[in-house]
Amino acid sequence: MDFNKKIFFFIFFYFLLCDQIKDKLSDYNIYLGDPHNLITNKDYIPYELITPLFSDYAYKHRSIYIPKNKKVKYNEKKVFDFPEGTIIAKTFYYPNDFNDLSKGISLKETRIMINKENGWIGLPYIWNDDETDAFLDVAGGIKEASWIDTNGENQSIDYIVPNMNQCKGCHNNSNKFIPIGPTARQLNSDYHYKDGLKNQIVKWNELELFHDLPEHNKIPRIAKWDDSENYSINLRARAWLDINCAHCHNINGSANNTGLYLDYYENDSKSLGIFKTPVAAGRGSGYLKYDIVPGKPDESILVYRFNSIDPGIMMPELGRTMVHKEGLELIRSWIENIDLSRVKF
Amino acid sequence: MKKIIFIYKLFLILVSISFGNTKIDGTLYKIDKSKVAIKMDSKDIHKSIQTRLILAQSGDIIYLPKGELEIHRSLWADGLHNVTIVGHGIDETILSFANQIEGAEGIKITNSNQITLKNFTIQNSKGDLIKVEDTKGINFINIKAQWTGGPNSLNGSYALYPVKSEDVYIDSCVAIGASDAGIYVGQSKNIIVKNSEAYYNVAGIEIENSTNADVFNNYTHDNSGGILVFDLPDLLIKKGAKVRVFDNKVEYNNIANFAPPGNIVAKVPAGTGIMILATSEVEIFNNDISNNKTANTSIVSYFITEEPITDSLYYPYPTSIYLYDNKYNRDKQFPSFSFGQPIGFLLAYKFWRNIPDIIYDGIIDSTLLNNGLLPDEYKICIENNSNATFVNLDASNDFNNMTQDLSNHYCSHKKIEPVKLNKR
Repeated sequence: MDFNKKIFFFIFFYFLLCDQIKDKLSDYNIYLGDPHNLITNKDYIPYELITPLFSDYAYKHRSIYIPKNKKVKYNEKKVFDFPEGTIIAKTFYYPNDFNDLSKGISLKETRIMINKENGWIGLPYIWNDDETDAFLDVAGGIKEASWIDTNGENQSIDYIVPNMNQCKGCHNNSNKFIPIGPTARQLNSDYHYKDGLKNQIVKWNELELFHDLPEHNKIPRIAKWDDSENYSINLRARAWLDINCAHCHNINGSANNTGLYLDYYENDSKSLGIFKTPVAAGRGSGYLKYDIVPGKPDESILVYRFNSIDPGIMMPELGRTMVHKEGLELIRSWIENIDLSRVKF
Repeated sequence: MKKIIFIYKLFLILVSISFGNTKIDGTLYKIDKSKVAIKMDSKDIHKSIQTRLILAQSGDIIYLPKGELEIHRSLWADGLHNVTIVGHGIDETILSFANQIEGAEGIKITNSNQITLKNFTIQNSKGDLIKVEDTKGINFINIKAQWTGGPNSLNGSYALYPVKSEDVYIDSCVAIGASDAGIYVGQSKNIIVKNSEAYYNVAGIEIENSTNADVFNNYTHDNSGGILVFDLPDLLIKKGAKVRVFDNKVEYNNIANFAPPGNIVAKVPAGTGIMILATSEVEIFNNDISNNKTANTSIVSYFITEEPITDSLYYPYPTSIYLYDNKYNRDKQFPSFSFGQPIGFLLAYKFWRNIPDIIYDGIIDSTLLNNGLLPDEYKICIENNSNATFVNLDASNDFNNMTQDLSNHYCSHKKIEPVKLNKR
């Protein structure tokens, strides 16, 4: 390619991507003061998911910027339709001591999603060693992370920041890049705002962010995966599978070639993996015959793959280097107790 | 005009500002084919190639340097159009993933158009070696994809793995050691696999749930199964058809099946040459098929797997199969004996060391019968194969009326058109 052509492409690339894209995270002006306080500027609304994706025990701080006078389109089951110019920021961090958050936190990466004219893009920003700012690195990277876990034990890992294309590996629906978390079912819970506790969807509605909204009791709510007091094991397991697996394992997702669909609303027991033979699992099958054998977690490929950290075996295949022990326990006891008559919703 | 030049310059400044402080430019490099020995630590080489893959524009050629490159994370290309990734040749450029810490494949290409991978070796990834998904126009040319430790169930599943793609072209490649299939094309259409070699895999070449495939002039040997043409249930893209397998050399595919059980290929008996499972419109001709000791060629329905079928849209029978002009050879020997694939015991019980070359399970779709006869267009046609023996296992009647009479299969089908790939 000659020089002029190259310049043309750079300009093209610049226009395509760069108008809202910053090199430095601080240029988005997300956090007020020291970013370690995780207090957002008034343009960014912080939010939480009821059941989040497991990412090597990292804590996540989420916030969203919606351009002034623009509206979000509500959807009952799918992720909301956000207006052009929306920015979603998610900062991954580790408290130094999981049992004592006053001991400070360490910032690892911040993922930015921007809804541009041609659709969403995802950008990984890696915090510098001083944690004063984070910088765009399209190829991702590796950061050391260490913390004291809830059992008081020291943990230390190579925390992996995904590259831009890997972002799409998960955020892919019918070959379009879309957010995963902000669905009605995930946001339908209370959040501690500066001015008090309030349901997130109610709050967004008060901020006049929605076009229109159904009555509140018609808005779905996903089970909180670790809240055994309020939710059945079936719903908790389905919630965990929904957020950890279903971004790929749904009929429009990256893993639709497998025929295994694990989204919250799937109600075909074979598609959910029950007595389903694997398709392209290879050694990921762990010498087992079926994805799920009701009553027998140790004979279920799902459990085998959740319990692995071998990149050629483990599921999800990206985003973790550790086993989510508590999630694994949940799935084990779900399979142990699966009631075939109640799998369907 | 001056204004245009001014704007142009302004853009240049903006571009340099926007990229200046990022690492995009910093780690970007393009190795030309010089003799410079590249010594970079593995993190850098991953980052360099990955960055190139992210920023690649239409028409770009990404040159991989010479030597063995240790790469420890997956390389991932997405949404590219007309991009070539080229090395210095097989065993000259080696992408080694032996110490991989992340990613279920060595290279993954998704949602792209017209991608060419050429002239390099890729080896020892933890999962698959090269996976290509949802891509139109993918060319693998002169690629060696291998696990270097020989057949081992700890090897990844697929060496070359295009799936849900169109216009797949595989030429002069070598696939070694896959614990599923060396060259696997699944849920795709318009496929050419030629001039390639596959060995030490469970399946050498496998075409699965795919339409319009030409597999020719390949050499598959020392796999458990040489060439498989499969149609399986519970997949997004279900019905494969129009597969031609010709001019291949398929011999000594007798190594023990080392696929992790649970996978469909784990059911393929060691000693299989060419196997057609539940696929329709398949033409097998002019192949040299020898000394695959259990079944030089088998034609079977999905029922032979003994797996239940719950997929109502799935068609489990092989129909319209045309097997002709092949050269068979089989030394007197026992079939393979394995409890994983017990068919060998049955064959040895019945035939001792003279196992027939062509084995048909004889299970037919009774709904197709017309006055008790299968209409011509659905028949299994077998003619003019040299030195071939045959058995119909009559598997649907507990093997009670096995027959070696071929007269029901003397017929021919209309020949399938050669595959034409679309240029994009």
